[in-house]
Amino acid sequence: MSEQIVLKTEDLTKHYGGVHALEGANFEMRRDEHVAIMGDNGAGKSTFVRQITGVEQRTRGNVWLNGEEVDFAGPLDAREAGIETVFQTLALADDLDVPDNLFLGREKTYADWLGPFRILDYKAMRQATIDGLNKTGVKIPNIRNTIRNMSGGQRQCVAIARTATFHSKLTIMDEPTAALGVQETAQVEAIIRTLKEQGEPLILVSHNMRQVMDLVDRIVVFRRGRMVANLKKEDTDGQDIVAYITGAKTGEEFMEHAT
Amino acid sequence: MADTSHGTGGLTFDKSKRSWPNEMNIFMALIIIVVLFEVLGQVLPYMKGQSFLFDTRGNFDSIFNEARLQIIILQVAVIGIIAIGVTQVIITAGIDLSSGPLVAATAMIAMSFGQTELVNGNPNPKAIFGLWAMDLPVIVPIVIGISFGGLIGAINGTFVAFLRIPPFIATLGMFLICRGIALWWSSGRPVSFPTESYKFIGSGMMPVVWFLLLAVIFHLILRYTVYGKHTYAIGSNEEAARMSGINVKRHKVIVYMLASMLAAFAGIVLSSKGATAQAGMGEFYELFAIAMAVIGGISLTGGRGSIIGTVLGAMVIGVIRSGFTYIKLDGSYQLMAMGGIIIAAVVLDQYRQRNRA
Repeated sequence: MSEQIVLKTEDLTKHYGGVHALEGANFEMRRDEHVAIMGDNGAGKSTFVRQITGVEQRTRGNVWLNGEEVDFAGPLDAREAGIETVFQTLALADDLDVPDNLFLGREKTYADWLGPFRILDYKAMRQATIDGLNKTGVKIPNIRNTIRNMSGGQRQCVAIARTATFHSKLTIMDEPTAALGVQETAQVEAIIRTLKEQGEPLILVSHNMRQVMDLVDRIVVFRRGRMVANLKKEDTDGQDIVAYITGAKTGEEFMEHAT
Repeated sequence: MADTSHGTGGLTFDKSKRSWPNEMNIFMALIIIVVLFEVLGQVLPYMKGQSFLFDTRGNFDSIFNEARLQIIILQVAVIGIIAIGVTQVIITAGIDLSSGPLVAATAMIAMSFGQTELVNGNPNPKAIFGLWAMDLPVIVPIVIGISFGGLIGAINGTFVAFLRIPPFIATLGMFLICRGIALWWSSGRPVSFPTESYKFIGSGMMPVVWFLLLAVIFHLILRYTVYGKHTYAIGSNEEAARMSGINVKRHKVIVYMLASMLAAFAGIVLSSKGATAQAGMGEFYELFAIAMAVIGGISLTGGRGSIIGTVLGAMVIGVIRSGFTYIKLDGSYQLMAMGGIIIAAVVLDQYRQRNRA
């Protein structure tokens, strides 16, 4: 396997009881790539993401991260291995402030021998937060404000900044701008471009065709739980992708499964 | 400290816009209530110009009426200890109804290991066990009592976290079970005549010492430790906490255990204070503990609330109780007033939340 491959899945499959949410996904991405995953509602996009990030346990298949086979028992495993995810439902605690959320589940602490009662190093977390947010160009007037008091865009930026703060090997964003206004979307897209400049690999799940064509290098289309297309941005356009999404077209290499 | 700015991306934060902490409101309310009683004392014709707060008798060399201040806090100290635990449970969006009966059950169990052999030269008439359980060092009943609380809390927590029983139901069941245990332990007979060292735990102002000491400890724990941060995170967004890798189930068990251990300790203090333990003790304590937390600004949906708030909530209840006694109004009015204040506290809090941000 090439050194350049950051993520590879083979025959990745998830069944919820009788529902085949994801069926035999073979996916590959290089280290310097930004890849979009598109598809209709229920096509298996989020299911695919949840299998990679360990939020759910796959029914079948293998996943490799940086050439090493991985099997995450939970989201923390995936995060420790370097996969940072911005979930569709923002995984933020509303009553906590920005540093608390960034470091939730991996706090900087003193006196670790105290076990669950080890002491939080607020100062270091605050400093790391400010550094991380500045690096990604996130604008927040007061990081000690609770998430509850922030706008949708700010919340999304915090969720994304969380991934950027922790030098991840792979960032996954599940519809990061679905609920945002124009300006806020622009801010999130600017952060994504920053990540691209810094050479951080990213998987972007999105419904927004313009955004996808603007931001990524490659587009993978899911339909009814199967991968149906794997397109370079240069070789395709919006019309073409819609055809794959709706089922009017299927990529040649995926023909054998399509029905 | 780099406290001058908490902004990023060139934005800075206007400190004058910083919101007034919730606890300040309760503190203001407390002051208003005290002033109200002070004024009532001056105005009401039958009070003959007494003072609620200040020393008017002149036979003590002090400004404040210390006896009253002591009573205000002493009468809420035992329930306050429970409220410290209940606060943590409610912050995780749970509830603990079992604490009142747990106080009784623990009081019975702990004191049976803290009895003295001879009462005025005669054998202890209320002895539960044989001579082997008499005049044990005081650590024995304390450890047994708190372990019992820990066990009950672990069961509560297991039902809530692992079996996903709603906390209201799980602890309601435990409410009845604990009252049953308290009655069964000595077939309904009270346990009395503790050793001197057992009596010391709850003597004089000791309950207040325990209450404030535990309040400070748990305030620091909630604010400055990983345990505290995760407690707030779970109540704030359990799914987010889980996805951040927090072991939510284990954490909940710990929270319920701590709450029950605090309630158990309250039971020991209460039985020591009265030098007796009865199966009917601690009636409505669980509800008063919840009321203290609620007056203290906690959110029953989780994520918000603090020990400082709960302590102030306890003080509000203490002041109202002693204020009503002071203006010589019957206990029935006390209950009505307290009920009104609990509802008012929640209404005001919701109003404030809605008008924010």
